[in-house]
Amino acid sequence: MNKVVRTATEAVSDIKDGDVLMLGGFGLCGIPENCIAALVKAGTKQLTCISNNAGVDDFGIGLLLKHKQVRKMISSYVGENAEFERQLLSGELEVELIPQGTLATRCMAAGYGMPAIFTPAGVGTEVAAGKETRNFNGKEYLLEYAFEADFAIVKAWKGDTEGNLIYKETARNFNPTMAMAGKITIAEVEELVPAGSLDPDAIHTPGIFVHRIFQGEVFEKRIEQRTVRKKN
Amino acid sequence: MALTKEQIAQRIARELKDGYYVNLGIGIPTLVANYIPEGINVVLQSENGLLGMGPFPFEGEEDPDLINAGKQTITTIPGSAFFDSALSFGMIRAGKVDLTVLGAMEVSEKGDIANWKIPGKMVKGMGGAMDLVASAKNIIVAMMHTNPKGESKVLPVCGLPLTGVRCVKKVVSDLAVMEITDDGFRLLERAPGVSVEEIRAKTAGRLIVEGEIPEMQFPASGTNR
Repeated sequence: MNKVVRTATEAVSDIKDGDVLMLGGFGLCGIPENCIAALVKAGTKQLTCISNNAGVDDFGIGLLLKHKQVRKMISSYVGENAEFERQLLSGELEVELIPQGTLATRCMAAGYGMPAIFTPAGVGTEVAAGKETRNFNGKEYLLEYAFEADFAIVKAWKGDTEGNLIYKETARNFNPTMAMAGKITIAEVEELVPAGSLDPDAIHTPGIFVHRIFQGEVFEKRIEQRTVRKKN
Repeated sequence: MALTKEQIAQRIARELKDGYYVNLGIGIPTLVANYIPEGINVVLQSENGLLGMGPFPFEGEEDPDLINAGKQTITTIPGSAFFDSALSFGMIRAGKVDLTVLGAMEVSEKGDIANWKIPGKMVKGMGGAMDLVASAKNIIVAMMHTNPKGESKVLPVCGLPLTGVRCVKKVVSDLAVMEITDDGFRLLERAPGVSVEEIRAKTAGRLIVEGEIPEMQFPASGTNR
């Protein structure tokens, strides 16, 4: 069994037009930027992207949007992208906005082999429209279904040849949750090491969930909101 | 005088209790972190996956892998912990976060909140707000009492699409501190120099005024940390 692929291009080569993708990251933090670049190069179209955000105009999922490769976005917040707004208003792009915790938990359910979850998020709001509700101990909950994704594409800090993954700081975010949830999971890592090099106690995502792994060529790691304080 | 945004944050900071886990929303709520009273230790939760959020980094020390829920570069404090998004909302849903502070476009006298969508305008999304308001034990809203046109934002019923229902416990506006009760907004404090009549005139929802309403007190120099 060899999970290691050489390049991002190879990793995404069987993603087809119309596939449903989960893409890890929060804002531009911890996004699989090498795979996104490879998808742009491949020109794969009509994609459904499940991702907390939609990138910015010239980075992250914004690149896929720019090249009109996305049919539908399923996200919790999409505010930072003018091209996104244009396509949404012109009807070229379909968007489903869902609460962030619901998004994470629908990924989690998929990864944990559960068909659905109950959550109080969105009860009494338009998010609840048409959804089954149930009362537990006097509180209303919405039934939300597990996502089904053809591919989960995640970014980790370190990974080994068995597919075990370790994330760094808040670049973890949706990555471990989505890594468990794809029919096929592709992991791009900053550093790929031989099996046995990582402490088994420190693994965040066990390799069983990861089908393909490669060391990304370049990580730009763009900062969306650079905020600093002055030294005294 | 109506409160400044900083003073709203300063007043909310007085609601913090030692040992609280707190989630601060974007905008005025973020400023609350600057006014945490001396001797009170709170742990700030950032829903993208961090407990123990510290101040912004010094120039040149920004780390692209370390951001808050507003996508700003931040730091950690000793004792911090990282986790994934599902776990983050697990702790929110399970009621482990003691206090959530967030902004609002409208709040109703029943404690409903609207803060994510204006019909006819580009909708950016609700982010984690709906999850937070549906599960938080204690929600304080930081807001302006009226909109730029002078219309009340504290209403009998919200007109905008809701974020959550019957969840807000307290409102700290530029004019007043109000508690949400079964009977409506109960006025607790007023901004220095702002009369009960002015607050009443700018509160479209039901306002309950009982006895003397004290003015908020602000120390001459804030305990800005």
